[in-house]
Amino acid sequence: MSHVELHVPARPEYLSLVRAVVAAAADLEPMRRDERVDDLRLIVSEATTNAMEAHTRVDSDERVLIRLDLGEDRIEVEVTDRGAGFEPDALETLPHVSSPDRLDFERGLGIPLMRVLADHHEIRSSEKGTAVRLVVYTSRHRPEPSTIVDG
Amino acid sequence: MDPTFRISESGPWTVLHVHGEIDMASAPAVRRAVVDLVGGGIRWLVLDLGDVGFVDSTGLGVLVGALKRVTSAAGEMTVVCGRENILELFRMTRLTAVFAIYDDVASACERVPSSPDAEVPPR
Repeated sequence: MSHVELHVPARPEYLSLVRAVVAAAADLEPMRRDERVDDLRLIVSEATTNAMEAHTRVDSDERVLIRLDLGEDRIEVEVTDRGAGFEPDALETLPHVSSPDRLDFERGLGIPLMRVLADHHEIRSSEKGTAVRLVVYTSRHRPEPSTIVDG
Repeated sequence: MDPTFRISESGPWTVLHVHGEIDMASAPAVRRAVVDLVGGGIRWLVLDLGDVGFVDSTGLGVLVGALKRVTSAAGEMTVVCGRENILELFRMTRLTAVFAIYDDVASACERVPSSPDAEVPPR
C-alpha cells in the first residue's frame, strides 16, 4: 500500500483541499465507479469537518491528521483529531422527515452518512481524541437506497 | 473558496443561484444570503444548486435551516438540483420528503405558490 498524510489546520477553508487530494489519490488507483469517488469525498469531508469542530471546541491549534492508504482494491482513510472525544453510540436521533420538528435539526447526518457510505468504518474515541477509519473498495456498488440514513 | 451568488426573479419567485460548494467553510455565506433575502421581505424562494458541485451534511443542514426560515416567514422554498451525486444525498437522507426539488430553474418557477397571498412583489 502507498501512504499519503495530510496535516491540516483545523480551519474550514482547508476542507476543499482535503477533498481534492483524496479525489486525486483515488485517480492513482482508479475506482471502477465514479460514484465511489463521490462517496469517498463526502465521507472524508464529514470526518474532517467533525475533527476540525472537535479542535475548535477545545480551542486547540493542533493540526488534524488525514492518512490515506492506497491499495489495489481499496482506499483506507483515517482522520485523527486531538479533541475531547465523544460517544459514537450515543448520537441524537433525528425526528422522522414527516415531522415538522425535523426542520429544527441542522446537524446529525455526518456520522450516519459515513456509516452508510463506507464499506467499513471504525470510530475510536477517548478524552484524548478521536480516530475515524473509513474503507472504500474500488469495485463495490454503492448502497441501495434501503440502506438509508434514517431520521 | 467562497461561494458566489446571483439573484434573479421570475414571477413571484426570487431565485438565489449559488455557485461553488456548500460545506462548513461556505455554509455561513449561504446562510447569510438566505437570511438577507428573507429579512428583505422575500417569501417565494428558489435555491438554485445547479452550479453547486458538492454538498455535505453541513450543507444539507444549511438548506434545512433555510427552509425553516422561509416557511416560518409564511413563505415557500424550492430547490433546483440536477447533479446526481447531490440528488443521491437528498435521497439517502430522505430529505426528498422535505424539499420540493426541481431539475431546472424554469420548472421551479412554473410552480404556483400554495399561499393565496403570493403575488409578484414590487421590484
